[in-house]
Amino acid sequence: MSELPTPLKSIVTPVRLEYDHSAGAAATGFLRGLKQKKILGARTGPGEPVLVPPRGADPRTSELAAELVEVSDKGTVVTYSVVRVPSENIPFELPYVCVTVLLDGANLGFFHVLQNCPLDEVRIGMRVQAHWLPDDELQENLASIQYFEPIDEPDVPFDRIKEYA
Amino acid sequence: MRDVAIVSFAQSNAAREDRNEVEILLPVVKAAVADSKLERSEIGFTCSGSSDFLQGQPFAFVMALDGVGAWPPIKESHVEMDGAWALYEAWVKIQTGEVDSALVYAFGKTSSGDLAEVQALQLDPYCATQLWPDADSIAGIQARLYLERSGRSERDLAEVAARSLRDAQSNPHAVAKGDFDAAKLLAEPYRSTPLRDHDCPANSDGATAMVVVAGERAKALCDRPVWIRGFDHRIDPPALGARDLTRAPSAEIAAGRAGVGDAAVDFAELSAPYTHQELILREALGLGDEVRVNPSGGTLCAHTMMSCGLNRIGDAARRLAEGDGDRAVAHASQGHCLQQNLVCVLEGE
Repeated sequence: MSELPTPLKSIVTPVRLEYDHSAGAAATGFLRGLKQKKILGARTGPGEPVLVPPRGADPRTSELAAELVEVSDKGTVVTYSVVRVPSENIPFELPYVCVTVLLDGANLGFFHVLQNCPLDEVRIGMRVQAHWLPDDELQENLASIQYFEPIDEPDVPFDRIKEYA
Repeated sequence: MRDVAIVSFAQSNAAREDRNEVEILLPVVKAAVADSKLERSEIGFTCSGSSDFLQGQPFAFVMALDGVGAWPPIKESHVEMDGAWALYEAWVKIQTGEVDSALVYAFGKTSSGDLAEVQALQLDPYCATQLWPDADSIAGIQARLYLERSGRSERDLAEVAARSLRDAQSNPHAVAKGDFDAAKLLAEPYRSTPLRDHDCPANSDGATAMVVVAGERAKALCDRPVWIRGFDHRIDPPALGARDLTRAPSAEIAAGRAGVGDAAVDFAELSAPYTHQELILREALGLGDEVRVNPSGGTLCAHTMMSCGLNRIGDAARRLAEGDGDRAVAHASQGHCLQQNLVCVLEGE
């Protein structure tokens, strides 16, 4: 039986495609808000859940969520994890904490990073606030919020946020 | 075999959409569900067709579920194919007896990228894609061979374009339409010889949704149910040198298995993005000159990739439901040069 040739291990085939992406109505509103130091969610109508960031529809009802609603940049940690694995795309020093924050006025957890908090003090129910880039550096980009950090407010009891945890 | 009917169909096509996929899809799904007269919770299965390459965004099809309603959780599946194949999966699911109805949808935003370039990624990454042959160039190679083999002329291609554009005038969902004279079209410059702009598809953004229901229930839901009487799909080898590009053997087999030739065909909706492909398909499906093809204007006039094949089935079903004919053939294709073909035979009650 003849021997297989030495396998070719790699070839170079550059692939480059450019996309002219449109964010859609909901994400456009959200991203424009960030440049004005505002966090905008969306809902299908008065009294309905406020979804942040908005993606166009309320996924539970599949109704169009077109009404933009400003929510607070303060909120409550509903869950967190301490990250000890490096990633090229993350500018934070290890270990760092990623959090889901229920922003005041929102009905959906908002994912971000927590800083300025010792690891052993992070807890569900703690109050946090967004730390923004300087006003003249704000962009239509989620990086306009650099991170969340603790604020001096009493913890929220778990019972009041368990629905979102 | 269980009888399965198309009970509702909705679509949208636009040359360029600024809405995101969820925002495009949502009203179309809503319209199809409302027209079916079924409650969303009554629909047993949901299946979709789309391609993340069009958006350049991984798992885009999962995000689309926001516009469909997946709460409480639904039984759902997805094919990285035109929505016509999603319909096939739904039809098979109904055949198993596990469900009695299904929502099928598809969407595509071709305007986000350079579609002809994006399609190059369907080729062999080691030996073909590196050369970046765009879809129009590859179609040109097929068209040249076809004209050579068949003795047809560029004039015949222009006639296909003129007829399609004329028919598209009565289709509110077509994005290219108008009254053009074939002789004048021939005076236009080439895009990729022997193809001119009018021989190439009018790319568009949009979504399609359809509800299918089995048996007696379908009869109760609509005045004239349109039944799926034959359904098959086949595939040819992907390598462009491995097959006769002037024919579509997979379409021919699918047509035979779907029973296209078993009775007279009143009209056909064929998903031919390029004019010469309509002629290749007519031959493969055994459709004579007397059969009207693409009364909607066809995929040439609204190439919403991933949706356009399902649109052919939906357009044919709508025409039958309105009493314009009793038996129709609908076709979808995917891949370069009609590599994959699906044929569906429809009959009005």
